Amino acid sequence: MTAYILAKLFRAAATLLIAVSMVFVFIRFSGDPAAALAPPDAPQEVIDQYAEAMGLNKPLWQQYASYLAGLARGEFGYSIHTGRPALELFLERLPSTLRLGSAALLIALAAGIPLGSFAAINRGTRIDRFAMAFSVFAFAMPNFLFGLCVILGGALIFQVYFGGTDASVLPAALTLGLAAMGSFARFARSSLLETINAPFMRAAEARGVPYMRRLAFHAAPNAAIPLVTLIGLSLGALIAGSVVTEQVFGWPGVGQLLVRSVATRDIATVQFIVLAVACTMVLVNLLVDLLYLVIDPRIRSR
Amino acid sequence: MADAPAVLSIRNLSVALPEGGDRDYAVQGIALDVKPGETVCLVGESGSGKTVVAHSVIGMLPKALPVVDGKLRFEGRELPPQRSKAYDSLRGLKISLIFQDAVASLDPVQRTGRQLEEILAVHGVARRARFKRALEMLEAVGLPDPARIYRSYPHQLSGGQAQRVVIAGALLLSPKLLIADEPTTALDVTTQAEILGLLARLKKERGASVLFITHDFGIVAEIADRIAVMKDGEIVEFGAANTVLDAPEHPYTRRLLAAARKSAAVRESRSSQPVLEVDDLHLTYRTGGLLSRKSVHAVKGVSLRLEAGRTLAVVGESGSGKSSMARCILRLEAADSGAIRFRGEDITSLTGTRLRALRKKIQFVQQDPYSSINPRQRILSAIAEGPIIHDAPRREAEAKAADLLETTGLSAVAGRRYPHEFSGGQLQRICIARALALEPELLIADEAVSALDVSIQAQILDLFRSLQSKFGFAMVFITHDLRVARSISDDILVMKDGEVVESGLAARVFDAPAHPYTKALLSAAPDIASRRTAEAA
Amino acid sequence: MESSRPRIGPPAIPWSIRLSVCFICLFVLFALFGEFLSPYGFRETSMFDRLLPPGSPGYVLGTDARGRDVLVRLAVGAQITLIVAIAGTLIGAVIGSLLGIVAAARRGAVEHVIVAAIDVQASLPIIVVALFVLAMFDNSFTLFLLLVGLTGWEVYARLMRGATLSVKERGYVTAVRALGASPARIYLRHILPNIFNVALVQFTINLPLTVLLETALSFLGLGVQPPLTSLGQIMSEGRDRLLTAWWLTLFPGAVIFFLALSVSLCGDWIRDRLDPTLRSET
Repeated sequence: MTAYILAKLFRAAATLLIAVSMVFVFIRFSGDPAAALAPPDAPQEVIDQYAEAMGLNKPLWQQYASYLAGLARGEFGYSIHTGRPALELFLERLPSTLRLGSAALLIALAAGIPLGSFAAINRGTRIDRFAMAFSVFAFAMPNFLFGLCVILGGALIFQVYFGGTDASVLPAALTLGLAAMGSFARFARSSLLETINAPFMRAAEARGVPYMRRLAFHAAPNAAIPLVTLIGLSLGALIAGSVVTEQVFGWPGVGQLLVRSVATRDIATVQFIVLAVACTMVLVNLLVDLLYLVIDPRIRSR
Repeated sequence: MADAPAVLSIRNLSVALPEGGDRDYAVQGIALDVKPGETVCLVGESGSGKTVVAHSVIGMLPKALPVVDGKLRFEGRELPPQRSKAYDSLRGLKISLIFQDAVASLDPVQRTGRQLEEILAVHGVARRARFKRALEMLEAVGLPDPARIYRSYPHQLSGGQAQRVVIAGALLLSPKLLIADEPTTALDVTTQAEILGLLARLKKERGASVLFITHDFGIVAEIADRIAVMKDGEIVEFGAANTVLDAPEHPYTRRLLAAARKSAAVRESRSSQPVLEVDDLHLTYRTGGLLSRKSVHAVKGVSLRLEAGRTLAVVGESGSGKSSMARCILRLEAADSGAIRFRGEDITSLTGTRLRALRKKIQFVQQDPYSSINPRQRILSAIAEGPIIHDAPRREAEAKAADLLETTGLSAVAGRRYPHEFSGGQLQRICIARALALEPELLIADEAVSALDVSIQAQILDLFRSLQSKFGFAMVFITHDLRVARSISDDILVMKDGEVVESGLAARVFDAPAHPYTKALLSAAPDIASRRTAEAA
Repeated sequence: MESSRPRIGPPAIPWSIRLSVCFICLFVLFALFGEFLSPYGFRETSMFDRLLPPGSPGYVLGTDARGRDVLVRLAVGAQITLIVAIAGTLIGAVIGSLLGIVAAARRGAVEHVIVAAIDVQASLPIIVVALFVLAMFDNSFTLFLLLVGLTGWEVYARLMRGATLSVKERGYVTAVRALGASPARIYLRHILPNIFNVALVQFTINLPLTVLLETALSFLGLGVQPPLTSLGQIMSEGRDRLLTAWWLTLFPGAVIFFLALSVSLCGDWIRDRLDPTLRSET
């Protein structure tokens, strides 16, 4: 068990280090990093100071070391767009994105998993076919199209504009959560189906355990194990989706900040957001791996 | 016999197969009864419908296999229809079923103790009594440290321990009928003997009747009071054990028995120069990542010597290192230390083209014929591939392959087909033909008949023998089955935990085993020849 | 000699698959020849014919804010989307599959490096990577194609590594090794043909994802740049006029949706037909 935890920690750290290194390489070779990270409108001396501090005239490995040291001290550079530290801009936007993301995840879980489970239990029936059709629909539907349809529907039916800073989180969260809902449904179905057909379910039946008890006490806990992985994986899809969804709904989150920063070539801000996304993903996947320890005895005794 | 009312009586049971199968019925016209305290063995080869009978008794036939005719009566009353809710109060309480794979029939995320208590709970045993009864039952099935087993998860148990837990669950409520579906097939021979003994003892103590399903006549001879022989969905013979074993009426039963009895006269020994010599061979497997490295010392100092034209049987239970040793000789695995000499030449560290040239002389037949041939390759091209690799012209190689198909008992037209069109026995013939296409001097067969039904097994063993006398290769025959070893070997090597515990002429080892482990193996192996009573175990 | 495993005949093709195949064919035809359905060029503006609704004389699908014919713009957009989808998906499939096979074949340090790269990619959504690179380099069609092409390479790599490892352990590979076959023969004749299905199935899953990434980036204004156009870009031009000129967004949107839907339906169907055992990962 200790070996398992150590291996996962090591892997997470290595992944993060490689991600940071690749960001460094890209920034180093894409133009003048000093100008990109210095405060906007800084006079040439200040940029030179930055270049000096970053050691742009030193060997590459020293630059790399001081880059890492800088990140460790929390020096993430300044936005050319607003002149404020990238970290500050990010933190300002974070609450909105978290609100949107968690609402979307909640909707996806609350609708997707029951739908998929229901489909698995009623395999081959109309409910099953509906659930599968829905999951294909959710997969193929681009969220910008669905978002625009939601906005159009809101305007035509409710005479309300669903976008903007003060709008309700629901329409945007529904749009963002749609794809995840589809994949949760599909995954819950296949996971539960596999469990239902497992030999130990037949054996429980042969011991006289009634149907509902078999489902609740044996099928559900076993089927839930792989679902935990999916929740970790779906985070990436949610982050990707939020970039587009926030743009469509004019939602003032990190995704919108990212798109704006890319359009204005605000390297420091973009860099920070990329690092933040990598950190979040690595941390969540680490948590998922550790959660396995709690729910799967087979891993615990390894 | 006729006076005692039957615990289970099956009359004229027929179960349909879905359309498009190779026959219309899974089972047809089954008539069978099990009397109190009796063990009835239902014996037959794979696909004969034994399991369908078992599942119909416990009401677990799937919808795709509907009962079209017949009556099932249990303790004089008719059993409810298949899959009906009424079965919940019978299963586990009055009728229990145990499966072949014990580990897989336990919920992997629940402690074994909780799973035992669940059986008590669903059948209405008071909460306070459950723990004690589960623990007592674990003790009754002979598990060491029942309290620890109670707290264990299924993956922490060995196959034998898991089967004991499953048996504990099945007999927890002292059911009148226990159906055991190949419960020892996945186990080693010594564990199998223990489990059979345990079942016999518990059956007597708790007054249960047993319907025992198996393909193995050795087991049947050991435990059966009465025997029903199944073939293609029908019972072809049903009678008292002694009658069926000593004077079988149906030709199919006779064939099965003959195949199982084939402990043929031990072959005479000739002697010549050694083809293969192995000295102090060691092999360690290393697995795991950077932080969780594990190593298994699979082969620990094995030495052996094999002369031309002779057969050496390597016998041992799973995990004894016999297959690892074979992979070393084949140079599929690199040995840690030791020497392998082929016709006097040290081949332990050959590489590149010299290694590939050596492969022509040492060939290999594996256990699972289904996975041993590339599914996208026609049979003829699979057999001809060896010679083609070693620079034979394609036409010549294919002509030779067609010849070999006939030599191994298939027709030459079979060469145009793909592997999925053949049965296991046919595929094993093809694998043998492929190995012989290179005219090897040494053939290594790793459990080459273990995956086959017993009558097919006998045919393939015959084929090995006749091909050996025709082509004159030496053979290393790896098997866990003593009957197979006895019927094919000149010499024998017994392995345990990676080491050789005994070796010598087959006749000598079988008649006068020296090492206690060999003795244990021999006495554990179920054997028709020496029928013992179940009570003795 | 009878065969013991019954052969299953070709199953009936469900109507949803027939419709999907029809739509995919229509889409390809439209992308190739759609330009000739309209007398106008896709960059041809007309001051007098701005924002005409569908069905207006001469403009079957209406015009946009600069009086350009929506039909011909859709055809050109479909062309670009098709090129990016196919080229992009192929790039990812080839790079990812090769890396996966190499990792399984070489083991050791090479494998560790490739697995680490897979981990890194898996922790960075491709759209974020694409945006990061686009922020730093000048947007060109080639760069954009490469970025979109990287969608899902890590999935190919992971799947193909698993499939190669599992096929490597099959009895027939051992048997062919024991016959004395060279590694080249083993990989080309015995391993590759048996893992190809895995890549094929992933291709059908990845193609819609590539289409969706391309259109999403273009929709954000960070993908295909004018004067070229793509379905996503047409949508983004129309999004501020959602209420007044719905045809600018809904027509290209519907095309994207039905394309992704058809391809994934066909993909599911193909996956069900092919051997599912290879998908079990290590």
